[in-house]
Amino acid sequence: MLKYIVKRIGLAIVTIWAVATLTYFLINMVPGGPFLSEKAVSPQALAALEAKYGLDKPLWEQYVTYMTDALHGDFGDSLKQRGRTVTSIIATKFPVSAKLGGTAVIVSLLVGVPLGCAAAMNRGKALDNIISVVATCGIAVPSFVICTVLMYFLGVHLNLLPTFGLTSWKHYIMPVISLAFYPTAYIMRLMRSSMLDVLGQDYMRTARAKGLSQKVSIFKHALRNAILPVVTYVGPMLAYTLTGSFVVEKIFTIPGLGGEFIGSITTRDYTVIMGTTIFLAALMVVMNVVVDIVYKIIDPRIKLK
Amino acid sequence: MKKKVIALLLVACMLVGATACGAETKTEGKVLAVQVGPDPETVDPALNSAVDGGIMLLHSHECLLTVGQDGTLQPGQAESWETSEDGLTWTFHLRDGLKWSDGSDLTAEDFVYSWKRVCDPALAAPYAETVLGMVKGYDEAITGNLDALAVTATDAQTLVVELNAPCSFFGSLAAFATLSPVQQETVEKNGEAWAISPETYVSNGAFYMTEWVPGSHITMSKNPNYWNADAVKLDALKFVLMEDSNAAYSAYKTGEVLMIKDVPTEEIPSLTGTSEFYVDPIIGTYYLSLNTEREPFNNVNVRKALSLAIDREYVASTLMEGTYSAAYNFMGPGWIDENGEFMDNANGGQTYISSDYEANLEEAKALLAEAGYANGEGFPVISYTTNDSGYHKTVAEYLQQAWAELGITLQVEIVEWSSFTPMRRNGEYDIARNGWVGDYSDPSNMLDLLYSTNGNNDGKYNNPEYDAAMEVSRTTLDTTERFAALHQAEDILMEEAACIPLAYYNDYWLQSEKITGMWHSAYGYWYFMYADIVE
Repeated sequence: MLKYIVKRIGLAIVTIWAVATLTYFLINMVPGGPFLSEKAVSPQALAALEAKYGLDKPLWEQYVTYMTDALHGDFGDSLKQRGRTVTSIIATKFPVSAKLGGTAVIVSLLVGVPLGCAAAMNRGKALDNIISVVATCGIAVPSFVICTVLMYFLGVHLNLLPTFGLTSWKHYIMPVISLAFYPTAYIMRLMRSSMLDVLGQDYMRTARAKGLSQKVSIFKHALRNAILPVVTYVGPMLAYTLTGSFVVEKIFTIPGLGGEFIGSITTRDYTVIMGTTIFLAALMVVMNVVVDIVYKIIDPRIKLK
Repeated sequence: MKKKVIALLLVACMLVGATACGAETKTEGKVLAVQVGPDPETVDPALNSAVDGGIMLLHSHECLLTVGQDGTLQPGQAESWETSEDGLTWTFHLRDGLKWSDGSDLTAEDFVYSWKRVCDPALAAPYAETVLGMVKGYDEAITGNLDALAVTATDAQTLVVELNAPCSFFGSLAAFATLSPVQQETVEKNGEAWAISPETYVSNGAFYMTEWVPGSHITMSKNPNYWNADAVKLDALKFVLMEDSNAAYSAYKTGEVLMIKDVPTEEIPSLTGTSEFYVDPIIGTYYLSLNTEREPFNNVNVRKALSLAIDREYVASTLMEGTYSAAYNFMGPGWIDENGEFMDNANGGQTYISSDYEANLEEAKALLAEAGYANGEGFPVISYTTNDSGYHKTVAEYLQQAWAELGITLQVEIVEWSSFTPMRRNGEYDIARNGWVGDYSDPSNMLDLLYSTNGNNDGKYNNPEYDAAMEVSRTTLDTTERFAALHQAEDILMEEAACIPLAYYNDYWLQSEKITGMWHSAYGYWYFMYADIVE
């Protein structure tokens, strides 16, 4: 397994490098630049700014400089948020998003897995139908609709919950629901279908035949096999959710990392685009390795090579 | 085993979740929470070029002069000031006992340092030329020899500025946020990062920053060292940093924020006429740039026809829901000449374009025929380029309809903002949306836009007569002659339809009746320093 992990880490580095390189050249191909404004900046000021951040040099040279610095852990200064480094932006904003996203993931697992199982075990009955309808809605309704509806009823209309910021547990309720809605629905459906699949297997019939109670057979035999697809899904989902959602953060005014992903692209803040992209790529790769390891723990038949 | 796995997963989630939680510092007393925009890009006076950053700077910093509620220049850090007879030397006398927010003394030397810093090429301040371009030695200072800038402190309380040419509006520039003083010690010790942390953000205004949570809020507390601190009634001012207008509106509805700048456009019809909804003009015009280097826009009659075929009243009042005002001149309300409002004295008191749309349309058809395109026959298919925000798309669709009356086919091209700006600047368009909000109320600030070599002359308009009039306004020592030249420039611009003015900008906002003592200026700034909250 150690050999496997080392191999995966090697691959991960290649992946991250590829992502970084591709992003670097793509963002430089997009028209526009970081120093644009509705009012023209004087040519002198523009030249001074470009010289300051090395944007006046040939692209290849910029790329080599950037990569060398990045390898030394220096992801540069933000071109738009003067005085802030990319590292400091990620360091202050990621924890906010991660805390919110982490809570949302826990909620979606705690709700999605049991409900998915319940639906499978009551296949075709009323409960199954209700859960299916809820799951379909959860997948189909975009998060901005959920955010707005929640904010209108719970925040403005009933005035029960604060509508912006993230300073007390009450502030978490609406954003967490908004963030957890889609993954919960998805997990429910995944869990339901894989559970149904497992329940039809021979070993389940054997388990029941040898006299195991339904409870024991479900928890001891079925769940463990049925949860594998959920684990596959949760890995990348965790990476996405922890790095924040642009929509939810914007609507509830949460100072998270999600806004930086989109904001940096619209303002052409090259260094922040690079920093956040590399960060997300790294997190994604790590999560995939974790998923593989969790697989192995859940299902000893799987061999990691 | 499976329980262990799930438990492990959950613990992992929680660990990640628990990694950080910023402790919120509570500000006690009378705190006014307002929304004027999202996170400012910077609150370093020299680097700021945005309106929201400017509003924050007004409260944290004070310039030599300030703009009062009536729009006139008022003493700020300078108690009095005078101009030499030839208009080339400005002398500012600072108040006694001025202090920084950290309690140390503020002298004329601080202004000298701050103004020279604005010229520093290593800093690349976007507004350097606008605010200091007329100061003697600027050209040398901007290349790195900062001491060439003719700004000197003759003693601790006297600042002398020498200009290359007289500049009647230099007083307005001395009240411009870019020229706020910054403390040399903290700037040199912390570099550009001095302006991101409350600990190092030393200022001299009515408030000083006590907290900045990026993407959340900036809190400024009353500055006890401010010379006029007795007149400041609030204990703190909290700028809630929001980008989404619906979020801002919700926060306003719940009473968490007492004033919001970003009002959702869909709410405007229901808010118009209520006591909490305000509409106030700012100096700026929404206009269309015509690419005068391309056919057929190099033809004056075509340009005029396009301009006259627009029902401005319908655009401003109906399509833009009264948040803009119809523009029949290029220079709208708020621009000042020697006799008061520039607009009142333009074109003999008449608007350049008549408000009679039906008559205008007839004239437009005649002009188009004169240009050789009767009923639009033979007129090429033209395009209108804009980014999509606010009413831009609505206006584009209206133009399609309006110019169809002339028999002209218009294609609308919607371009993302960051791509739009360079496209427009490089002249890669037929007709493009444009707009300008003045930095100060001298008309040259906006009339310069059509000067042939101006960086913002997106339509590449080139008329030696226009340039000559602008040259006169720059060099003459005589105020009457100067404003006559500026009026002449607008005459030429409007006669030639060098661009198509559409609507004047207004600011519109929601403000609770609990707030007293605040005001809004024609520059698009809100002044909360002397505000109070009355329950």
